[in-house]
Amino acid sequence: MTETDLDTIPRITPGYRLQWEAVQDCHVLLYPEGMVQLNGPAGAILEQVDGRRTLAEVISTLEQAFGEDDLSADVLEFVSEAQERGWIRFG
Amino acid sequence: MARIPPPLWLLAEVTHSCPLQCPYCSNPLTLIRKQEELDTEGWLKVLHEARKLGAAQLGFSGGEPLVRKDLSTLVGAARQLGYYTNLITSGVGMDAERVAELHAQGLDHIQISFQSDSQALNDYIAGCESFEQKKAMARAVKAQGYPMVLCFVIHRLNIDHVAAMLELAAELEADYVELATTQYEGWALLNRDQLLPSRQQVQAAEAVAHHYQEKFRGRMKIYFVVPDYYEGRPKPCVDGWGRVFLAVAPDGVALPCHAARDLPGLEFANVRDHSLEWIWYESPAFNAFRGTGWMKEPCASCDQREKDYGGCRCQAFKLTGDARNTDPTCSLSPLHQVVTEAAQQAEQSSRSAPDRPLVFRNRRNSPKVNTIP
Repeated sequence: MTETDLDTIPRITPGYRLQWEAVQDCHVLLYPEGMVQLNGPAGAILEQVDGRRTLAEVISTLEQAFGEDDLSADVLEFVSEAQERGWIRFG
Repeated sequence: MARIPPPLWLLAEVTHSCPLQCPYCSNPLTLIRKQEELDTEGWLKVLHEARKLGAAQLGFSGGEPLVRKDLSTLVGAARQLGYYTNLITSGVGMDAERVAELHAQGLDHIQISFQSDSQALNDYIAGCESFEQKKAMARAVKAQGYPMVLCFVIHRLNIDHVAAMLELAAELEADYVELATTQYEGWALLNRDQLLPSRQQVQAAEAVAHHYQEKFRGRMKIYFVVPDYYEGRPKPCVDGWGRVFLAVAPDGVALPCHAARDLPGLEFANVRDHSLEWIWYESPAFNAFRGTGWMKEPCASCDQREKDYGGCRCQAFKLTGDARNTDPTCSLSPLHQVVTEAAQQAEQSSRSAPDRPLVFRNRRNSPKVNTIP
């Protein structure tokens, strides 16, 4: 993925599930026989990855929610890592 | 001691009944009879209580969990509670209709075991005709859109077939493949002389696995773990006793590891008599090997003690006679020679025909073998 692909739609990889776990006090990503505990920003970003919003919309939603001017660098960095780990896919 | 963490993994061993007779069966030496099993209500209570404690991953296992007629009910309830539900199955006893029914109940994932890459060897090790059925079920699982893990238990008789196993897995469109090392703590210990691969076999298989990890990168994830007998390091068994993992046996006995029941001197409580909360946090058995306070030397002062937790308590007991000892697969164990000698023995016996047949596992012969000779 390149940084110009802001119009593509990220989605959680089929078979993965994002879920808030009260006991662990964090979002987790569940997948076959495994679980990743997510930190606050990672959980907040993945919550916006709903398979409908484009990457640009995900970024602007987060900027509004957190009252920040420009979160694109942070989001793109995480999204690229999440894609590499197989957590999300595009298109 | 630091605060006790909540359980995150629940293994529901809903039955010990199984159509297969694998000679490395990981169930305890004494099998729970069908009439002793928890009923549907009993399992629903377990699911509810463990979820409340924090368990998020759930494995339905056995024996063969498909033998339970109420499996769909349990899967549906578990999914409602918010578990990620894994079915760990031989594929025997399943048909496309049941795969679809479980999918409708919200089952998240299916793991199918294969005993090898070919019908002849698969069916020999499984002790029953099952290879074609397994392939058909793997296709049905993918047709329903599930993610699929294929698990091959590896030992001397099939380790030279790893390439063909991975080709088979790719053909069946597996998402993950586990090349799981046989663990020699229970029934498999009876057959260790025939099953333990030689070091050369392990090294060759590892090279093949790495080649295929590259070949299938991005398409199929391959896990290969070098057997602890050849690592010199013990495995962090169940990620530490009473730390992450909670197993419930078919009769409702709660265990920190599904094999722990064979350890002497520990009284494991039953969910019929106690809450899972008490069992996890308070019961003496779950606290017996928690943390590092129970450790003897060389574990007690070892800088790896928070990483490998001293290895496997069952292996320590079965191979050294004391569950508090360092797992002898660790090169720092003063009794490490019991493992190196077994490896040497494997080396020798791998060059000749076995001097005694494999002891397959089933309900008929299980009562006769309550201790390892």
